[in-house]
Amino acid sequence: MSSSESVWQWFKVLTTLISLVLIWELSCRLFEIPQFLLPSPSSIVMRMIEKPMLFVVHGWYTLYETFAGFIIAVLVGLLAAAIIIIMPSVRDVLMPILLIAQLVPKVAIAPILLVWFGYGVAPKIVIAFLVAFFPIVVNTANGLMAVERELLDLGRSLEASRWQIFWKFRMPSALPELFSGMKIAITLAVIGAIIGEFVGGDRGLGYLIIIANQELDTPLAFAALVVISIGGIVLYGAVELLERLLIPWGQPIPQTQAAS
Amino acid sequence: MKTEAAISVKDLRKVYSTRDGSITSLDGVTFDIKPHEFVSVLGPSGSGKTTVLKIVAGLEKKTSGEVRVEGRDVVGPQRKIGIVFQVPALMRWRTAIENILLPSEVLRIDKAQARERGMETLRLVGLGDFANKYPNELSGGMQQRISIARALAHDPSIMLLDEPFSALDMMTRNQLNIELLRIWSDRKQTSMLITHSISEAVFLSDRVVVLGARPAKVLEIVEIDLPRPRTPEMRVSKAFIEIVDHIGRGIGLEYA
Repeated sequence: MSSSESVWQWFKVLTTLISLVLIWELSCRLFEIPQFLLPSPSSIVMRMIEKPMLFVVHGWYTLYETFAGFIIAVLVGLLAAAIIIIMPSVRDVLMPILLIAQLVPKVAIAPILLVWFGYGVAPKIVIAFLVAFFPIVVNTANGLMAVERELLDLGRSLEASRWQIFWKFRMPSALPELFSGMKIAITLAVIGAIIGEFVGGDRGLGYLIIIANQELDTPLAFAALVVISIGGIVLYGAVELLERLLIPWGQPIPQTQAAS
Repeated sequence: MKTEAAISVKDLRKVYSTRDGSITSLDGVTFDIKPHEFVSVLGPSGSGKTTVLKIVAGLEKKTSGEVRVEGRDVVGPQRKIGIVFQVPALMRWRTAIENILLPSEVLRIDKAQARERGMETLRLVGLGDFANKYPNELSGGMQQRISIARALAHDPSIMLLDEPFSALDMMTRNQLNIELLRIWSDRKQTSMLITHSISEAVFLSDRVVVLGARPAKVLEIVEIDLPRPRTPEMRVSKAFIEIVDHIGRGIGLEYA
């Protein structure tokens, strides 16, 4: 994609978003919708300007929980995927267990985790980790397995050690899959952290939404939602940026070069 | 006086056991390859010729028989063998030169020395200007040349080529045949080429081992007494066509 094309892409997205917000704003004013039902975009923005520190403080907690859960998910996920690949006999046992763990609804076990880990950040990090973990394991394990047979034959013919096969042959070829797992995981981790804050605690954007709802302060709830969305997009963008830096070979190449 | 064979295959049998019983893939295959010789193993698809290569490379186990490389029984993979596969099998996350350096990394050869030799090999296959390109920026023919360079880079004494040009178009294929001869006359590695193209086998080889359909036996070993260096014009010479025709009839009779 050339840069002028990507500018055009952004232009289309932005104009669509702005139009939607305008329609929303106008409908609120035209039909005089009460604020506690559907606040207008301008009132949401006003809320954010009134108390910016509120969002910074609570936002920071949510970001911290999300990020910590995500990082642990990446580390544990990588380790689990590596074990699955290096010890195939473990895979048959581990995969069903992982699947069962994935199928347990995290919202349902959140209260139990609170009992176990208290009301601080710990249970939120655990929930964020639990929801983010699965896509990373599955994607990475797939990537590690998808190495070309001939490449593995080449490795064997050079008498490469297990370690060399893993790091030089399997791991780099799994990187694109790891990143697609990480992109799903980072968005899930945000949701996990919010779920944790919903269930108990006294900090974070999820907690802010609960409070706002109790006080029928809908503009505040919406303002928190906007901050969560923006934060999620920024985190997703950060993972994508990292992907571009780490795997230059995965990028689409300019047409002129590909054709020759 | 007889020189010791670089590759010696005697009465090689390979039987696969499947759910529906056992399938004999190779049934007593015998041939020798002398040092610095270029020999092709020719056979119809599914005749198990790739299995011969894998057993010689130590990547697959034989059922019975004797396989020796440079006087030693093959018990597993051997570093003195370079392999070129049917597909380029390049690492897409590595540039051309980095792909060529892979074997020396695995074998822990001194970096500076390996790099110098890698560049030399890259120039030998005619891609000196493409060192820093990624595989997806190169054509199929170029990718296969890089994989040839990769097999040569750690200077193995034996080259095994498993239908390396079968996925390429005819023009690229003929061109790479000439390239391969040029490379071979430069390095003189003992080479064993697996192919199902009769004219390719005849054009490149000192001798051609002709395998029959499954279960494969050696039908004939044909000496190719065309002069070297071989030139593209030879492909239309009377002698060349006669040999191709002779081998073709041999395989054809087997089908009748």
